[in-house]
Amino acid sequence: MSILVNEKSRVCVQGITGREGMVRTQLMKDYGTHVVAGVTPGKAGTDVYGVPVYDTMEEAWEKAGPLDISVIFVPASLVKNAALEAIDAGVRLMVIVPDRVPIFDVLEISRFAKGKEAAFVGPNTLGLVSPGKAVLGMIGGRAERAREWFRPGSVGVSSRSGGMTSAISYFLTEAGLGQSTIVHVGGDAVVGMSHPEVVERFEKDEQTEMVVLFGEIGTTQEERVADLIENGKFTKPLIAFIGGKAAKSGTRFSHAGAIVEGTRGSYDSKVKRLKEVGVHVVDSVSDIPRVALKLKKGGAL
Amino acid sequence: MARLYEFQSKKLLKEAGIRIPEGRVASSPDDAFKIAEEIGKPVVLKIQVWVTGRAGIGGIQFADTPDEARKKAQQMIGMKVKNFVVDKVLVEEKLSIKTEYFVGLVIDDARKTPVLIFSSVGGTGIEEIAHAHPKSVSQFPIDVVNGLRDYQARNLVRHTGISGKLLITLPSVLVKLYGVARAYDARSVEINPLVLTEDNLLYAADCHLAVDDYAVFRHPELGIDVAREFDRPPTPLEKIAYRVEEKDYRGTFYFLQMAEEIPKEEKYIGFNGAGGGGSMMSMDAVLNKGFKLANYCDTSGNPSASKVYRAAKIILSQPNIKGYFASGSGVASQEQYHSARGLVKAFYEEKLDIPGVIRLGGNFEEKAIEILADYLKNIPARVEGYGRDDLPEFCADRMEELIKENHNASHEVRPVIDPVIPEDAYTFETFTGKIYFDHSRCKSCKSLGCVPSCKPDILKLEEGKPVLSISEEEAKKGKCTECLACEIFCRFHEQEAITIHLPIPGLKEYRDKIK
Repeated sequence: MSILVNEKSRVCVQGITGREGMVRTQLMKDYGTHVVAGVTPGKAGTDVYGVPVYDTMEEAWEKAGPLDISVIFVPASLVKNAALEAIDAGVRLMVIVPDRVPIFDVLEISRFAKGKEAAFVGPNTLGLVSPGKAVLGMIGGRAERAREWFRPGSVGVSSRSGGMTSAISYFLTEAGLGQSTIVHVGGDAVVGMSHPEVVERFEKDEQTEMVVLFGEIGTTQEERVADLIENGKFTKPLIAFIGGKAAKSGTRFSHAGAIVEGTRGSYDSKVKRLKEVGVHVVDSVSDIPRVALKLKKGGAL
Repeated sequence: MARLYEFQSKKLLKEAGIRIPEGRVASSPDDAFKIAEEIGKPVVLKIQVWVTGRAGIGGIQFADTPDEARKKAQQMIGMKVKNFVVDKVLVEEKLSIKTEYFVGLVIDDARKTPVLIFSSVGGTGIEEIAHAHPKSVSQFPIDVVNGLRDYQARNLVRHTGISGKLLITLPSVLVKLYGVARAYDARSVEINPLVLTEDNLLYAADCHLAVDDYAVFRHPELGIDVAREFDRPPTPLEKIAYRVEEKDYRGTFYFLQMAEEIPKEEKYIGFNGAGGGGSMMSMDAVLNKGFKLANYCDTSGNPSASKVYRAAKIILSQPNIKGYFASGSGVASQEQYHSARGLVKAFYEEKLDIPGVIRLGGNFEEKAIEILADYLKNIPARVEGYGRDDLPEFCADRMEELIKENHNASHEVRPVIDPVIPEDAYTFETFTGKIYFDHSRCKSCKSLGCVPSCKPDILKLEEGKPVLSISEEEAKKGKCTECLACEIFCRFHEQEAITIHLPIPGLKEYRDKIK
């Protein structure tokens, strides 16, 4: 299998007629993602690369549903409404691509999703890929590139950086190690699905034999992964690479989530905690495939 | 997080009905005298800066008389804290303190809720309080849909051992504070201390509120200049960079100065990362090699070539850097030749005098590297382009070697020179600039390659001269993507007839000043 998305998932695109929405719909369709509907209020009756466009999520669900996943490409200030609309219509997974979504909006979406047993990836995510099956969002840029960089296999990837999601997966592919699913959880301070939620899904996924994590300074995501391991809730081999070793405290480095507040969320505290529970923490991206191959050959898998 | 000063934060509290000490902000010793006179009681003077621990550096002082207030203000205004000169002191009535409490609100990324923290002990940082008096601290995750109810706040206060009338007055402050936090999209807020005076009144004696960067657009009334997380006010160059970012939504341009001064003898480099994680990985790689960063910069999210051009010009406004280092994750989804063209235009105009190592791995990296190699052959310094398989560590080594080859020469910042445009040039506006065609030169052009080089396909030939094939309005609205391909083609292969002018407001004055 894979996690979150596969070739059968029925996908909708909100904001499908916008600049990004259109380009990324083409990428997803070219890759093989089962895009069945798009929504832009006021544009019903048109189509984007053969995908029918509807005015609202309710209408999309009625006419093209059921819908498993909605990929959201609306401006940041409209994201909250779009996400609530998707959840209300019955969608159980959203991929929120836009950057700069206000944090209280994210908290509200999260609160609303919890009540309906829905989940979301992002905001500020490049998306996710189950190689050979489906891509959501904009990761890979073009279908042929996504096919070249990401190959089906047994390594799960979860990353707080979009570029590093691609880089790690590419280096794994180069080393002959394919991926089950690769997830960019998003760079913001609060994201719908953070590292611990992703690795818990990898734990249950039969295809996934080991996981690679790209963490950053700030937030408690990596520490919470360590808690899961300590509590026996994540048992597969884990390789982690943490960015921001040289970052100074109190200053944000690009990603809204990448800030050390006091002693919390520092590089050292994350690495120490991960090592304590037996995670293979590496210092360079080139070490990732090397350690992964060793783990694979070591018969640990 | 866009931080507010204490006096700004307190104003919001007052509007919400939380009592604050009587007083105002003073910009001069005479102001301080006047305010102290108005208050007519002993006062406290507090420098308005973002750092904590003001008392330890003489940033909080008391005065019994207006004359004393003037004298103290004289010492405080003009104090240097980090790279920031104090220009305001808050002059307030001195409170007769009976007890101090702590109230804070943070956003918890694990629970995905705001969390209100209350402590019946105040004064120092909450981490120390929690360590020394664990039973005095209590916290409560707030439901963002329902808000904070009175009874919830009351229980929160009760859990710290407080009873009696304070169980009415303290929770009321908490509920009001959450109201302020929610109304202003606070990323964090802290009243420390919340003071109970000898006459049993509650005052917010200090307050720090930081607004969520991403919600600043909802609060123009706050007048926030640069919605970015800094631990100090932005530098003039950061302000220039922020204006560029604000005016161009295409991609992200994040710029942060890391050094107050760049001495000639030290190994500082200009840093241009791409993508949050990739930038951080690359930063770690160069720092591990013993370099220092003059700045941190991130141009990513599919930025226009014009945005990368402006970023490079801003980075190159830092004197004495020894090299220009650009590197991202290595496997970018965006088409990398846009960044390459932005850098080519900037490096060429600047006649780059320090070596560059440019790692542009990702979609179309081969073309990006080729653009750098083809067009930067004839500038004074050497620029090398690399792709995804060349790791940041290797690129940092190359930087080191090239700087050595360049004899550790320091970058000299050149004045900004506006392009010379013939009066009769054919011109139209682009999204953030203006493009000029000197048609008199087009007569000698053999290839007319500018038209096919234009990827958005908005140029056509009219009597052998390139003109817009769409309306000027469409071009300005963004149909011209400012990819710079036509200008670069014409400059290096033909008659140098095309000029794309991409102004950076304030940069000219800035560079003149640092000279």
